[in-house]
Amino acid sequence: MLTVAMLALGAWLALVKAPPEREMGDVYRIMYAHVPLVQMALLAATINCACSVVYLIRASWRTDSLAEASAEVGLVFAVLGTALGSIFGRPTWGVYWAWDPRLTSMAIFIVAYAGYLALRRFVDDPEKRAVWSAVAGIVIAVDVPIVYFSVRWWKSLHQVQSSTKTVDPAIYWPLRANILAYFLLFIVFLGIRYAIAHAARRRETTVPEPAGSLSRAVAS
Amino acid sequence: MKAPGLLGTTWILFRKDLLLEWRSRSRINALVFFSLATLLLFSFALGPDTALLRRGAGGYLWLAVLLASVLSLGESFRVERENASLEGLRLVPAPARAIFLSKALANAVLLLGLAVVLVPVLVAILDVRVVLPLPTLLLILVLGSLAIAAPGTLHGAIASHARARDVLLPLLLFPILIPALVAAAKSTALVFDGDPMGQVDSWLGLLASFDLLYWALGFALFPRVIEE
Repeated sequence: MLTVAMLALGAWLALVKAPPEREMGDVYRIMYAHVPLVQMALLAATINCACSVVYLIRASWRTDSLAEASAEVGLVFAVLGTALGSIFGRPTWGVYWAWDPRLTSMAIFIVAYAGYLALRRFVDDPEKRAVWSAVAGIVIAVDVPIVYFSVRWWKSLHQVQSSTKTVDPAIYWPLRANILAYFLLFIVFLGIRYAIAHAARRRETTVPEPAGSLSRAVAS
Repeated sequence: MKAPGLLGTTWILFRKDLLLEWRSRSRINALVFFSLATLLLFSFALGPDTALLRRGAGGYLWLAVLLASVLSLGESFRVERENASLEGLRLVPAPARAIFLSKALANAVLLLGLAVVLVPVLVAILDVRVVLPLPTLLLILVLGSLAIAAPGTLHGAIASHARARDVLLPLLLFPILIPALVAAAKSTALVFDGDPMGQVDSWLGLLASFDLLYWALGFALFPRVIEE
């Protein structure tokens, strides 16, 4: 409930209350969804990395489930945020895509976590899956900063991070509200996905039915 | 008999891997011809514009090596899975870290050999010239092969036990290798085109730090990957 209310308030602040930007006009309002989405994706990656490290130190189904949930929710947020950013880029930069460090890192982020989730699907043994995906998660988390760094040496188009210094309060506070709203949405998604992952893990790891019980059940 | 230490075991296993490759030369031959075919494919896909092809030569070299590496990495763990020889090695007992080091080194040597064979071919068919001194090129090839080999061995071990392993390995490996690919391709292109701005050192630095990071990571994490 709170999440829906906060999202509505955020949307109202973004679309009605905040003044149009001097150069970009109303187009910039897409930023109110774009920035929070990408930030939540990075938060998800941080959670995933932390869970992976913790799992390798002290194995537990809970951290494994949370790692799975954060990777999947983070991927959704990253894809949405990148798509919105690309739509944002067309009227402001004149192109949908530029080989900018952040765009490129985001693209690699998406492909890498897609690979991570594919790995989770392709391993049946839950214990092996947990260990291997923890290793893969750490490898990805180490990689994303290097990607950012390596591509930064190409010419860059993306502006620096927005902060109170570069953005007027009338624009900044609605952004804050939206970040909070998307954060709540993220937590809700993460919670639901975690519950599903954990239930799946419990089903996998409980003692299986004796052989033949399924065929008897089908026959009867 | 005294049991050899970590480095001793690594050396023995490394020699074993290379010996296996050498005794069954068909695999090396297949890899060389596979990457030659890839190089030719790039030329055909882009058309006969020599100037354009020459500008992309550094990129083609590393793409050809990268595509071949997926095959060789997959193979290097397939032979260990057959007859459960990886379990055998673990029971000897060979330390898991020695297995990682030897596998990654053997893969790196294989890829380096491949790259060394491909460079003269590039010179011949794309008319590129090696402008910078040869040791620089050799250093790039060594660092680039090491960069592919370490995460490749880690993920090769993971993928070899999963379903759909042929799809999974590139899916896991390619996104990770992008910084190494950028650095290796850029610096190789500088070797071919000349380096008036003195950029090659910073790309080499990036490649070297990538190597250091992933060899350390593989060394730390590999025992967990192959534990039973």
